[in-house]
Amino acid sequence: MEMIKVEDLAFEYIRRNEEGDVESINRAIDGVSLDVNKGDFIAIIGANGSGKSTLAKHINAILYPSEGTVWVNGLNTVKEENLWEIRRSAGMVFQNPDNQIIASVVEEDVGFGPENLGVPTEEIWERVETSLKAVGMLEYRAQSPNKLSGGQKQRVAIAGIMAMKPDCIVLDEPTAMLDPDGRKEVISTIQWLNQHEGITVLLITHHMDEVINADKVFVMEQGRIVMQGTPKELFSRIPEIKKYRLDVPQVTELAYELKKAGVDIPEGILFLDELVQALENLGA
Amino acid sequence: MIRDITIGQYYPVDSVLHRLDPRVKLNATLLFIISIFLYETFYGYIAVTIFLASIIMLSKVPLKFILKGLKAIIIILLFTSIFNLFLSKGDILFHIGFLKVTKQGLHSALFMGIRLTFLILGSSLMTFTTTPNQLTDGLERLLWPLRRIKVPVHEIAMMMSIALRFIPILLEETDKIMKAQMARGADFESGGVIKRAKGLVPLLVPLFVSAFRRANDLAMAMEARCYRGGEGRTKMKPLHYGRRDMIAYIILLVYFAGVIAIGIYEKYLPYFNFKL
Repeated sequence: MEMIKVEDLAFEYIRRNEEGDVESINRAIDGVSLDVNKGDFIAIIGANGSGKSTLAKHINAILYPSEGTVWVNGLNTVKEENLWEIRRSAGMVFQNPDNQIIASVVEEDVGFGPENLGVPTEEIWERVETSLKAVGMLEYRAQSPNKLSGGQKQRVAIAGIMAMKPDCIVLDEPTAMLDPDGRKEVISTIQWLNQHEGITVLLITHHMDEVINADKVFVMEQGRIVMQGTPKELFSRIPEIKKYRLDVPQVTELAYELKKAGVDIPEGILFLDELVQALENLGA
Repeated sequence: MIRDITIGQYYPVDSVLHRLDPRVKLNATLLFIISIFLYETFYGYIAVTIFLASIIMLSKVPLKFILKGLKAIIIILLFTSIFNLFLSKGDILFHIGFLKVTKQGLHSALFMGIRLTFLILGSSLMTFTTTPNQLTDGLERLLWPLRRIKVPVHEIAMMMSIALRFIPILLEETDKIMKAQMARGADFESGGVIKRAKGLVPLLVPLFVSAFRRANDLAMAMEARCYRGGEGRTKMKPLHYGRRDMIAYIILLVYFAGVIAIGIYEKYLPYFNFKL
């Protein structure tokens, strides 16, 4: 079953001067089509200005297509009556952890979404508790968000989305402002939710090591999808990836260089263990 | 310096007062302020003093902490008292140089001082025992009827609570920008008032820009979480009056009726020559 379906999507940022005449048109997304199945872990990568954030905002109906159509759970995002159901079923986590926490107590912030949906009080409490447990932040429920680390704040933000019982979470560079520890925290939380709660995940990032566990990766460049496939398929095409100004995980790059130098190992190695295994096999 | 001001702070201890519904405390503060200004009688003030003292005891907030709040207004207090003392017309008691002290002046200076002190004590006691969130919740519920005359009550309460959430963040940001500008040679400390005020421009401009950016981000995050105003919204922590709150209201009414009764029947009480 398709969770998200994007068909020939195009989006233009139109800049107008003071008289209201069009000054310039910036085509941020230019003919993108993609399908995401329920339960998938999808990653979208791309350099700055590649249109990946703009794409994410279409899935939450924050932006509307200039051309083409976006369906979330079979609902067209352009239709006004679908708006709240789409925003509930496709929750969105943003880049800056401070600017998306509304309340001054962790549990109240997690309760904000369900409050907006008109969920009865007792159920809000249940949802808050289960979502905080799911991201491992239950012990901080009575604290002020100001006292949390960036990674913890981002997990609270994820819990706030989880409390709305979404089918899908769109994360728009959730780790861009975090330190390496915080990044690990957030990514493992997302993976856990994907595997144990069956949440469809759409992760937008420019850190390549965050996408190696994804089911499918899309690479964006200048508003178009230029590469797609499993992480393994993608990382066996290192020169191409570098062309799009993206990094490659260290292990993968090392394996690639070894292979180029004539060592007989398989293509697209993503994990350290994998490389060690390949090298051991070589000796045997 | 900002840290010295204890008015408006929350003092986290567990007391009966802390557990009261915020609406009770808001109403009580209002009633208390009215009761201070209602009459100028000696017996009335004894009643008010006893009431205030017992509430301070109940709140479990240390007296020292409460009195620290008065420090911030001591200048206002002195000013009003001194002006009242020297500038009132009436029967002259004695002269200090060209200043004359009148009976009426002494009287109103004394009462003004007591009233202002009680006013600050009473209202700061409310903030000591109520978290900012409870306060905005309470205000929202109390002002709810004003929606009929198109007052955006929910929006005002939401704005207040968001402001409270962002005060520490913006303070931190101010500090960061200040350091960044100082590293580039900005001077915030020397010079006269005008020079210093001008010096604040490179601080305020980036602060405003960033505040607007944050507001934009926050609005988007709120919409993404299905926020659409107060309509059809439920509450995670709805306010319910309990038995405790009812008892508090009864005590409050008894107190208020008592103060009024004292004011009316004062002339029948044993005469005390306080009204000089």
